[in-house]
Amino acid sequence: MTNAVDWPDQVFTTLKRAGVRKIAYVPDAGHARLITRAHEDPSMRAVVLTTEEEGIALAAGAWLGGVRAALLMQSSGVGNCINMLSLPANCRMPLLMLVTMRGEWGEFNPWQVPMGQATEAVLRASGVIVHRANAAEEAAPMVAAAAALAYDSRVSVAVLLSQRLIGAKQFVAAGEAL
Amino acid sequence: MQALDRREAVAALLADRRDLLVVTGLGSASYDVAACGDRAENFYLWGAMGGAAMAGLGLALARPDRPVLVITGDGEMLMGLGALATIAAAGIANLAIVVLDNRSYGETGAQPSHTAHGVDLAAIAKGCGWADTHTIADAAGLDQLARALHREGPRFAVIRIAPGEKPRILPPRDGAFLAQRFRAGLGIGEP
Repeated sequence: MTNAVDWPDQVFTTLKRAGVRKIAYVPDAGHARLITRAHEDPSMRAVVLTTEEEGIALAAGAWLGGVRAALLMQSSGVGNCINMLSLPANCRMPLLMLVTMRGEWGEFNPWQVPMGQATEAVLRASGVIVHRANAAEEAAPMVAAAAALAYDSRVSVAVLLSQRLIGAKQFVAAGEAL
Repeated sequence: MQALDRREAVAALLADRRDLLVVTGLGSASYDVAACGDRAENFYLWGAMGGAAMAGLGLALARPDRPVLVITGDGEMLMGLGALATIAAAGIANLAIVVLDNRSYGETGAQPSHTAHGVDLAAIAKGCGWADTHTIADAAGLDQLARALHREGPRFAVIRIAPGEKPRILPPRDGAFLAQRFRAGLGIGEP
């Protein structure tokens, strides 16, 4: 069960090993540990965004300057990114996105479902290669492979971290009826 | 209202550009910078509207040893206003954003933009925490800004420019070429 607890730490180590030095993010509970690690590590620079597409432009600028950036977001933010994804596509720049999923596994909040269900199709339609991790032990190796694919082949790659892996958000205590 | 000629204003900013790295927002801002001479240290966006300021931030974070200048239009800046908050919160010193404000969407038929209706971009930047904000409408202000670009920032300036289109000086528009040329200019090899 160690993996289940440690996957965000393993992903952080994987990103560092892949040479990622800037992490741009819109906060999400599923990314909380990774965000904390990024802020605490002096070799990493974490940048909080107001909206997800900002991070795509940031990653492009960082690449122009010879530095690798990764982008963290929740699935609800993927729709915000669509037009900005033309930037790495046109410029043959790498883009690595880690997307925590909502609206799929035991979702309580119906407002998360439309974008959550559309996330994978929207990414693919925008030219992004999509990997999906359904279990904790898959997360770090998948991020390592996605990073290699993105930075070595200069393409946009998203790793979807499934809601089953992260755990459905609990809005009410177990057993409590609304 | 006093307003500057956009080509002359950009030429004044870049006349002594030294080691400035320049990112331009799509449309006339790109043509203005190209009119000063196309070079590897220029990266022109031909799309990705709203992304110029953030591309500038990414570059500034990657290259803290170089001053980075974003030149964009009022419409492009308005599409990514959140970037002003993000950049202020990031707290970097080597980035300047200059908005060429003609109060209209010049590429699409000169429809009035929000700045024509009183939206004050410099005040928004100030409210986001930018300590150094300016609205410039004369040659003296422009001269001060040109010199300030090489000093520690961050710095945000709106330049009031006259409406009207200039001859289009089109820079290269192949993004892969522009990116590779920019990186090679900085001595960055293949990934």
